[in-house]
Order: sequence, then C-alpha cells, then structure tokens
Amino acid sequence: MATVVLLAVTGLGLGALYFLVASGLSLIFGLMDVLNFAHGALLSIGAYGSWWAASGHLPGAGSSGAGFVLAVAFGTAVGTLAAVLLELVLIRPLYERPREQVLATVGVGLAVPALLSAIWGSDARTFPGPHALSGTFGLLGARIPVNRLVLVGAALVVLVALRLFLGRTRHGLVVRAGVEDRAMVTALGIDVRRAFTLVFAIGGAAAALGGALGGLYYGSVDPGQGTSLLIFAFVVVVMGGMGSVAGAALAAVGVGLVQQFANYYTASGLGDLAVVVLLAVLLLLRPSGLTGRLA
Amino acid sequence: MTTATPVRGPAREKAVAPAGPRRWTRWWPAVVLLVLIAVPYSALPLPGLLDGPIGSAGSLQLLALCLVFGALATGYDLLLGRTGLLSFGHALYFAAGSYLTDIFMAEFGLPFVPSVLLGLLSGTALAALLGSVSLRVSGIAFSMVTLAFAQAGSLLVERDPGGVTGGEEGRAIPADKLPASLAGIGNTANLYWIALAYLVLTLVVVHWAVRSPTGRVWEGIKENERRVEVLGLRPYGFKLTAFVLAGALAAAGGVVHLLLTGGATPQTTTSDFTLSLLVMVVLGGSGSRWGPLIGGVVYTWADQRLGDLAGSGTVAGLPSVLRVPLSQPLFLLGTLFVVVVYVLPGGVVRLPERLRTARVRTARAPAA
Repeated sequence: MATVVLLAVTGLGLGALYFLVASGLSLIFGLMDVLNFAHGALLSIGAYGSWWAASGHLPGAGSSGAGFVLAVAFGTAVGTLAAVLLELVLIRPLYERPREQVLATVGVGLAVPALLSAIWGSDARTFPGPHALSGTFGLLGARIPVNRLVLVGAALVVLVALRLFLGRTRHGLVVRAGVEDRAMVTALGIDVRRAFTLVFAIGGAAAALGGALGGLYYGSVDPGQGTSLLIFAFVVVVMGGMGSVAGAALAAVGVGLVQQFANYYTASGLGDLAVVVLLAVLLLLRPSGLTGRLA
Repeated sequence: MTTATPVRGPAREKAVAPAGPRRWTRWWPAVVLLVLIAVPYSALPLPGLLDGPIGSAGSLQLLALCLVFGALATGYDLLLGRTGLLSFGHALYFAAGSYLTDIFMAEFGLPFVPSVLLGLLSGTALAALLGSVSLRVSGIAFSMVTLAFAQAGSLLVERDPGGVTGGEEGRAIPADKLPASLAGIGNTANLYWIALAYLVLTLVVVHWAVRSPTGRVWEGIKENERRVEVLGLRPYGFKLTAFVLAGALAAAGGVVHLLLTGGATPQTTTSDFTLSLLVMVVLGGSGSRWGPLIGGVVYTWADQRLGDLAGSGTVAGLPSVLRVPLSQPLFLLGTLFVVVVYVLPGGVVRLPERLRTARVRTARAPAA
C-alpha cells in the first residue's frame, strides 16, 4: 500500500511537471500551428534562472523561505521574457510560413542548451531547495517527499488560473476563438497577433515555472533536462488534444501515473517506452487526439 | 513549401544551353570526385581547416565522417525536400543499420559480408514496416509518430535488453570479424574510400530517383498532395517508396559509420541526431542536388573542429563574452541555422544566385 501511495504521488508530481510544459505547448500549437521545439529550452532557462538566483547571485533571493519564492519568481520571469522575445524576434517575422517557424524553434532548441552548458558546464548542478521542501511526510504509511506536493499545487494553481483566464477574460476569449478558427477571428477585425505573443508569454511562464520546480523534483539542473521532458510533453499534448488545457491536464496525470507504475512494476524504462508507443498508437487510431484536433 | 523549388532553375538552364566553355564546366563533379579519390595520397597541410596534413589518418577520418553525413543528409532530403515529409525519426534507421550489423557479427557470429547485408536488409525492412504505419497519418501527426517510434528505439537501446545494445556505452565492433584491410588506423584510407563510395551511391540514387516518374510524383506531393489524388494517383505508395528508399540509404550510412568509428553509439539513436540532420539539410538547401551534401559536410566539420579550436590558444585568449559561446559548436550551429532559416531561405546553395541577382539589381539601379 505504501508503495502504491508513493508511486501515485510521484506520478502525480511528474504529471504536474508535464502539465506545466504541455499546457503552453498545447495552446501555442492550437492557436498558431507552431510545434514549439524551443519549449524545452524555455524550461531550462527557467530552471537555470531559479538556480542562479537561489545560489545567492540575486540580492534578496536565496535557498530558503521568501528568498526561494523570489528565486522561483525570478526564474519564471526570465523564462517569460525569453518566450516573449522568441515570439517577437523569431516567430513573428515568419508568419504564414509554419514550417520555417518550426525550423527556427528547432534552432533555438539546439542553441540554448548548448549556451547553458557553455556558461555553466554540461554536468548537472545541485539545486539548492529550501530545507522545508526537501523533507518527507507520512501519508497512509508512505514517506512522501514534500516537493511532489509543491509541484502538484503549482500545477493546480496554473490550471485554475488558465481556466479563469480563458473562460472569464476578453483576451482569453480571443485565444479560445483563435484556437477554434483563426481566420474567422481575423476576419472579425481582431488582431490575433497580440494573442500569439500572449500565448507565448503564458506558455513560457508555465514552462519556466515547471523548470524551477523541476529542479526541486530532480534535485539538480542540467542543460538537457528540458529537451528530454519535451518528448513526454508532446505525448501529453497529443493525448490531450491540441489547444485544450483541460485535456492536457488529464493526459499529463495519465502519462505520469502510467510511467511511474510501469517503471516500478515491470522493467525499469519500460514505462517510458509504453508512453511513447502509446503516442504512436493514439495518433494512428485517432489522429485528432482524445478531445481536440490535430492539423 | 514553395521556397525550395526555384533551386532547380539554374541546373536546367545549364542543360539547355551548353555553349562554348560551359560544356566543360558541367563536368566539375567528376573533377571533384577525382580530387576526393586522390586525397589519401596527398600530404598537403590545411592549417586551421584540418589538424595535420590532409592524408593523415586523423584528417581522413574527419573527412570521411563529413562525407558520410553529407550523404546521409542527401538521403534525408529525399523525404524533406523532395516529398515534403517532415520525419523526426530518421536516426532510427541509421542506428538500426549500425547496431544490427554489429549484433549480427558479435552475437550471432556471422561473417562480415552477410552481417552487413543482413543489417542493411533489416534496417530497410524496419523502415518499410514503420513507414507503412506512420504514413497512415499526415502533417504534424506524421512527424510525431516518427518521433515516437524513434524515441522508442532510443529508449530500447538505452535500456539494453539482454545486454544486446550495450546501453550508454554502445557497442564496439568485433575486430576479429573485420577483413584485415578495414581494421586498424593504418587502413583509414580504405574506410575513407568506402565513405566516398557511399556518398557517390547516395548521390546517384537520389539523382536517379528524383528524375524518375516516381520522383515527379514526389514533387507533386510536396507541392499539393490533394491535386495528386485528384489526378488519380494514390500518394501513400509513393510516399512509402520515398520513406523506404531514404531508410535504406540511412541504414547503409549506419553501416559505414559503424566501420568508420569502430562501434555503434547510442547518440545516433536520439532525436537530437535527427534534428542535426534536419539542420544540415536546411543549412545547405533543402530540395537541391548539392545543398544537403554541403550542409552535412559543413555541419560535421564545424561540429568536430570548432570544439578543438575552442581548446586552442587563439580562442582561450579571448574575453569570456566571446570565448564562452565559441566553445560550444552546437550553439554556433543552432544560431547559424536560425540565421539561414531567416535570411537565406533555400540554404547556402542559393547564396551565389542571390548575390548575382543583388549585383544585377544594383548595376541596373543607376541606369534606370
């Protein structure tokens, strides 16, 4: 029982991480038809930003208490800024050329991890988390690391915030309408390009937050982290249906749980394999994803 | 994508009007080939470009790697630039060629030639099997399915089931199975010639395939798949042909790479490897005859040499703002790639043409 609980909570934590990456990816693809290969790089930027701040380089930030919150906020802000810059400088001039946009993000996805490892080395760096979050607590007989709960909590907050934003605000309405039919929104005289930048900012912020909290989850940061998470985020996006935030949340939980349980109860690594094969099977059976659409 | 098609223009013009000395310039590939064949006999030093004289084992190894990746990119362009299929799983067939050949030799104890043939055959069969499944969907879904299959292969290799793939270490080639003429550093020249032969084979096959009736249909599929359907043709079979042909060429490349580097490494199975192929093709010029080759050669050379240069005195003396980015070839290549996507759609091969039109335009401007 204790093992099952531990696996379930760890799976949920992993799912939360996937959701943070996949929600932005899903919105970006749904709205702009751009498969953002640089999304893993945004996650890495967030992770390194928080690590840099928490290691005492940013005045006021540190590895405990309010200082850590500031460090995470700093990492998220840097990631958001990077995402907005990416959209404005690289994606915007290539509108109407979706394949070139994908290629540009591939280039960024290669260059950013390389730059990170050029500056801070390619080895993993220990992530200085607050003492309160590095411990464990008891639940139904299992000792569960606190950081899993932090991830789940953050993902829930992001999910609720995104739902509120998409459902209750005017900008959210434009984004939702754009996902449904971009040409129609443009025809109605609404500048959908502003929504593009907005979606990139939201996606970048979520991914960077995921990176910062992922540092807590893994206990370290390394330049390749984002890229390896990206593949599983793709699985989540496809399963959840492109452009659907709720679908992404559901799929993220499913993928995280399947991966954890399969890795533990069958051979290690088989869970990862199962998830990837699941992606192929799913796409072949239902090219539109479980809830949404695929170009 | 329409951006890549005008590349065919100049080649056709040349074929129509071979007047005067231009007839002889058409034979430049043969001259280049002769030069490349003669390279191992030369002791010409190329300081900066190569470490040591051109005929030395180290330089030959690097040159052969460049040729292999040039050929591999040319084969990959059969999908990307000729048929318009964005596959993210090409690394799988390359890795299948090198891993399976090695496994046939080491685990099944087969001799060299049957192992190579079986490796090629099973790599091609894998491409046929997975291609027939992946091509049931199109667009981004196709890219994702190929990515998923390749990732499954990569995870499998890393998992090391039954100690067959060697996990992170990869597999070394069993030296006792190799013919004597291919073993050891002294025989690097032979390996270089094999790489060159693979390149020539790939270029000939791609050139021939693109000119064949099937190649015309590929071009049609790239431009507008629906229209091909309306003409009464089923794109599925044609796309599968392109996929299997590219997969077979990749498997052959895997075998050559196995011989050249003396082993199969898990890096060749990763999605990063396919992405680097994509970068090579786009860098050089997708859909052109020489573009992917140039892209592959430049990328491989830069990837290998820039790392060495970063360790040398000239770069180490620079201020850290310049030194840090220069020490990572992938950063430079990624940035260069983005720049090419931006300012040079159609790749490096279109650079002369663009310069010419720019010159003509500036020459006309004062007259007008």
